[in-house]
Amino acid sequence: MPPFWKLAAREGMVPDDDAIRCDACPVLCYIKPGRLGACDRYANHDGQLVRVDPHVVLDRALSRGGSIVPFLHREHEWDGNIVAGPGTFITAIGAGTTYPDYKPAPFIISSEVKGIDMVTVVTEGIFSYCGVKLKIDTDRHLGPEQNVVRAQGEAVGHVTTSEYGSQMLSLGGVRHLTGGSRKEGTVTCDTLLNLCNGKAVELEVDDGASVVVEAGKPPLVDDVREQRMRVGCGSATIGMFAKQWFGKVDEVVVVDDHITGVLSEHQAGKLLGVPQTGIQMKGRRSTPGRYFQVAEPGTAWGGTNIEDPLSILEPFNRRVAWAGLRLLMVSTTGEHHSYFELDQELKPVEKELPGALQESVARIRENCEPALCTVLFMGGAGGSLRAGVTENPVRLTHSVRDRLTRVTCGGAPVYIWPGGGITFMVDVSRMPEGAFGYVPTPALVAPIEFTLKLDDYRGLGGYMDHVRPLASIMPDQGHRHVAARAENPWPLAPAKAPGSES
Amino acid sequence: MAIGSRQSAGVGVMRDRAQIRLLPDGRRLYLHDGPIDLIVDAFGDRSQIQAAYRAAAERFVHVLDELCSELSILRQPFQADAPLPTGIIARRMAAAVAPYATQTFITPMAAVAGAVAEEILGAMTAAATLDRAYVNDGGDIAIHLEPGQHFIVGMVERPDRPSLFGRAILDAGQPVRGIATSGWRGRSFSLGIADAVTVLAERAAMADAAATIIANAVDLPQHPNVVRVRACELAPDSDLGERLVTQAVGRLTAHEVAVALDAGERVTRRLLSRGLVRAAALHLGGETRTMVGRLEGKTLAVPTHDHRSLVNA
Repeated sequence: MPPFWKLAAREGMVPDDDAIRCDACPVLCYIKPGRLGACDRYANHDGQLVRVDPHVVLDRALSRGGSIVPFLHREHEWDGNIVAGPGTFITAIGAGTTYPDYKPAPFIISSEVKGIDMVTVVTEGIFSYCGVKLKIDTDRHLGPEQNVVRAQGEAVGHVTTSEYGSQMLSLGGVRHLTGGSRKEGTVTCDTLLNLCNGKAVELEVDDGASVVVEAGKPPLVDDVREQRMRVGCGSATIGMFAKQWFGKVDEVVVVDDHITGVLSEHQAGKLLGVPQTGIQMKGRRSTPGRYFQVAEPGTAWGGTNIEDPLSILEPFNRRVAWAGLRLLMVSTTGEHHSYFELDQELKPVEKELPGALQESVARIRENCEPALCTVLFMGGAGGSLRAGVTENPVRLTHSVRDRLTRVTCGGAPVYIWPGGGITFMVDVSRMPEGAFGYVPTPALVAPIEFTLKLDDYRGLGGYMDHVRPLASIMPDQGHRHVAARAENPWPLAPAKAPGSES
Repeated sequence: MAIGSRQSAGVGVMRDRAQIRLLPDGRRLYLHDGPIDLIVDAFGDRSQIQAAYRAAAERFVHVLDELCSELSILRQPFQADAPLPTGIIARRMAAAVAPYATQTFITPMAAVAGAVAEEILGAMTAAATLDRAYVNDGGDIAIHLEPGQHFIVGMVERPDRPSLFGRAILDAGQPVRGIATSGWRGRSFSLGIADAVTVLAERAAMADAAATIIANAVDLPQHPNVVRVRACELAPDSDLGERLVTQAVGRLTAHEVAVALDAGERVTRRLLSRGLVRAAALHLGGETRTMVGRLEGKTLAVPTHDHRSLVNA
């Protein structure tokens, strides 16, 4: 046996002063400077805990086959040129960061595109000012505007305005990340990270619904999988389908939490000469055939709380209605529908939907788009991140404004808000898998790349002595190649006219 | 991607430190939590595979918390008279290292990867009927074989430069359900200089512990070309404390390689005779020693190259 095996077991190891404790998982590793934790994912970088997943290189050669899949150890067919072809773009995913930085970004890469020298400054930003904007395609009521949205019981955001066919939530932001309790910050960070990395997250709205959200998937509202977006409000639906109903049914009510439409009273019905039916609606009449607040908001018929559509009707006016009157009630997605005929007492009796009407209900459904969740990451590139690109950070902002510099997030196009700073939004589903990380601050780590002409880079005070050719980082094994997504503009392609996606 | 998206509904949303998803091939399951990375593969009826994956995911999300709750005990050298840990995986780790504890320093952590792999495989086979399956925990692999089934296992000498140096055929008739590889180039620290020691044993946790012991034994104590650093200087909380772990191996002569492999071979023979190991391949500096025990009348198919010797214990 080797002699050192006989050393007495050392008890109670005291961590050195320069080791930091990682709290990314319950192992709680002490990590020495320049070393990795047990997971090989987190490292102590000059006293900062950083995530060091393999660096992602976006390959244009393979356009998207279903979805981006990483593939390891791709054979590099390097042709020996100093500058590799423009078919490869270095993303910032896993690039690391130089925060808190006055140092140049980890990778400043030059490449030649159509005879023009381009440079891409690649860094991972640590964003404590960040969050996600969630668009959830549903008419079901998720909760009152301004109410708190929770994950694991912690406040992580709020309900904001409803948009057409969608409910919007705003999650994260610096106040939840660092302004509340430690737990609130950690859960918020966890929620944002999961949403941005395309994972499902369950959210609860105070006095509202529970919703499971996953980018690119239909939402699950109170355990019901949302299928489709409404074709329009109840009034619009009447307008769209009035002609198809005319002659096949005497009255149609399109139930909608926003505006419920009634065929015989609606302008569209009047134009066709649909006779009065004596129907009397609950709710508040807006204009003829258009009713607000026929019920409470909810997750049943047309985003209301009603299970029984008849509950929004008052008794028919006996002087106008007639026995045998045919009534169709349908929701704005065609998901709910019932057909009634009035009996001798002018009471609606449910009957099987006649074949002639089945088609119109199916048509409503067909015109509704699939309901999805969309996750937009929003963050602001702070001064120190910009300082990693140039010694004069405001010039970078100006260059981005002037469209000389293109900003991408993991190779995906971003929308940059007008006004000061570099505050951007990106659709996470257009980014490579696993693009986001976090630091225990808590804050999100997101990739960000700035691409501009080499001459312009020199002009804005770039770190010219740190520029290195694309080919110089290719032979390493520490990079993950992913296929570029066909729907994204190629980050190195010449910029389109102002106004297009940057 | 049924498995990935079930995670939220099935296994408690926001136990989301763990990642549970299918690999891009749409077939194998990838489980990750903290330092644990598992690749799971199952063969059989489609619905059974789904049930097995679901069971694997449901079990997996608790594993790291369970282990961490007794981490300080698991990092202590195993002592027969000390109280046993309480967790089922922790106990399996302790049982796997117990046979070595009287002769050498070993902590239950030497068997953690194999023990976790066994646990997940156990959850899968309890929930579903599978023809065959494996759970690969960073090279420590638990396998399941129904009668008549077999696996072909490729062996790699250097994880940073994957190239097969041999393959083993494991069939259901042989008492081998665990494979493990250890060496200084791997993710865990090693006290020895073996590039890789691959062990076949009855169970994954047993294989894991044995591979650690054998890899530690392939050594040239005090050789000037071997760079060793105290484990605690690299990772302050390592279970190896102040023991010197190998960080680099310089040029060795053919004779030195042979001496180091001899040391490993002596230890391996003892483990083979005690039934702790069924077969082992020791790799150092391009040389391989393959040693096979008696396997119920059969011999494992293992690599035979001109410069490699087959030794029957």
